[in-house]
Amino acid sequence: MSNHEYTPSSKFGKWFNDRLPLLTLGKHLTDYPTPKNLNYWWTFGGILTFCLITQIVTGLILAMHYVAHADLAFGSVEHIMRNVNYGWLIRYTHANGASMFFLAVYIHIFRSLYYGSYKSPREIIWILGMIIYILMMAAAFMGYVLPWGQMSFWGATVITNLFSAIPLIGESIVTWLWGGYSVDNPTLTRFFSLHYLIPFLILGLVVLHIWALHVPGNNNPIGIDLKKPSKDTVPFHPYIVIKDLFALLIFLIIFAFFVFYSPNILGHADNYIEANPMVTPAHIVPEWYLLPFYAILRSVPDKLLGVIAMFGALFILVILPWLDTSRTRSAIFRPLYKQFYWFLVADVLILGYVGAMPAEGIYLLVARVATAYYFAHFLIILPVLSRKEKVLDVPLSITEPVLGGSVSASALRQKKDKL
Amino acid sequence: MSEKKVKRREFIFTATYAVGAVGVGATIWPLIDQMNPDASVKALASTEVDISNVERGQSITVLWRGKPVFIRRRTEEEISKAKEVDLKDLKHPERDEDRAKNPEWLVMLGVCTHLGCVPLGDTGEYGGWFCPCHGSHYDTSGRIRKGPAPTNMEVPKYEFVNNNIIKIG
Repeated sequence: MSNHEYTPSSKFGKWFNDRLPLLTLGKHLTDYPTPKNLNYWWTFGGILTFCLITQIVTGLILAMHYVAHADLAFGSVEHIMRNVNYGWLIRYTHANGASMFFLAVYIHIFRSLYYGSYKSPREIIWILGMIIYILMMAAAFMGYVLPWGQMSFWGATVITNLFSAIPLIGESIVTWLWGGYSVDNPTLTRFFSLHYLIPFLILGLVVLHIWALHVPGNNNPIGIDLKKPSKDTVPFHPYIVIKDLFALLIFLIIFAFFVFYSPNILGHADNYIEANPMVTPAHIVPEWYLLPFYAILRSVPDKLLGVIAMFGALFILVILPWLDTSRTRSAIFRPLYKQFYWFLVADVLILGYVGAMPAEGIYLLVARVATAYYFAHFLIILPVLSRKEKVLDVPLSITEPVLGGSVSASALRQKKDKL
Repeated sequence: MSEKKVKRREFIFTATYAVGAVGVGATIWPLIDQMNPDASVKALASTEVDISNVERGQSITVLWRGKPVFIRRRTEEEISKAKEVDLKDLKHPERDEDRAKNPEWLVMLGVCTHLGCVPLGDTGEYGGWFCPCHGSHYDTSGRIRKGPAPTNMEVPKYEFVNNNIIKIG
């Protein structure tokens, strides 16, 4: 946004840029001043962009060979695996790519939680991110239905039935979603259509997400506002580009390990059995990235309240900027918040674990405690901490702690304290 | 501008918005309704089942409208167990007589009323059905006794065409 006066050097470039300022945009993106202390947790934005493009490209190819019909879908997936040239590679990349996408998005979200990136003035970035996350879950769920295996079919049955919990109109909504009286061919074809649409919605939202990011600029590990450009910033290119690429390389090694050495470890064996509406598998488990929410759903003994709790667990994240009103962003300077942050991480991991276990006995008890703690973290702990926590002194610039604090900086701080 | 003229203009605005809203609604409705069950799905409304080979204590499962229907020929013991239950102990009180017109034959949708899984037969704490998905227990009349399911398994519309044939739907 700071390059309005940018003029391309070539004559053609200038002619083109006057008509469509793409080169100005390119210049803005390369020069974009970035905090110089960004650590590797900040590389996941780039990794996520890579994941989205991978899913779109591999998905586009799979759609060339896949047949969205209840009688043919299962066979067409096997056809992709056995007959299509490199079909196995493309399908395994797409299926594991979904898991990698969620792995990266969870790290990205928890980075935001730790460093307070959701706080003013970045609330809209956060909300756009949450909408992307919810759309990702919808896309992943519908994508999992397409192979028309047992888990596809029964996962679709259980998740669509969540809407039957809505009083009065619930049953009609479910029939409308199904296009029949059970999950069947009409359900499969519409899920395919929507599964194809959602990634492009996400792509559009990613553009808005980055646009909104470029207004205030990146948050940073110490969570202070920076003067831009200044001694505290570096240009996006080449500094951040090369760091992002290195992180992506490491990420790709992990990705490739799953694709080439254990492509089915994150899936479920039951999905290699064709869908059968007469038999439910003994244990219905969603994909790993949905397990914490599944655990919350099952921990409530009432059907409607269980569904409300599950969607509430998501919605509560959307309003997070107004639950945590502490003005100090980074957990580095919030000794109590830092502890509760790690409790929350542990709590979500526990929810994920019990979500994969049968809902009975000790697992059910743990799930209930963990669900209660999840809501308490956002509704009680964060608002109380925002008011009561004694935060540490925040440096005035990124350079200050490195140089041990200049005279002018400490003078400024004293002045601030007096105010 | 006189007061009268302003009122006239406001009326025209409101009328335009109202007509516009009706037009938008009428345009959107087909786009929404196309997702409801189509004519071919609705055409499969009923199915006839031959039950002459079912012995006492046996069940068969048939597909109706894409959903499994349990048809169980109950034993005397199961019938008396279902009738003995005090209605006060039930989450969704229904008499066994109202669920099974002919007490020997229990016909119901084999769909758990929690989230739609197919319960397993001859098991569970009440000797009826047990849903493996989220742990709902049903008794020998298919009534919910324990677990997250809110209601009893649904009894569809059916009739005995003759002694050997049941028509569901």
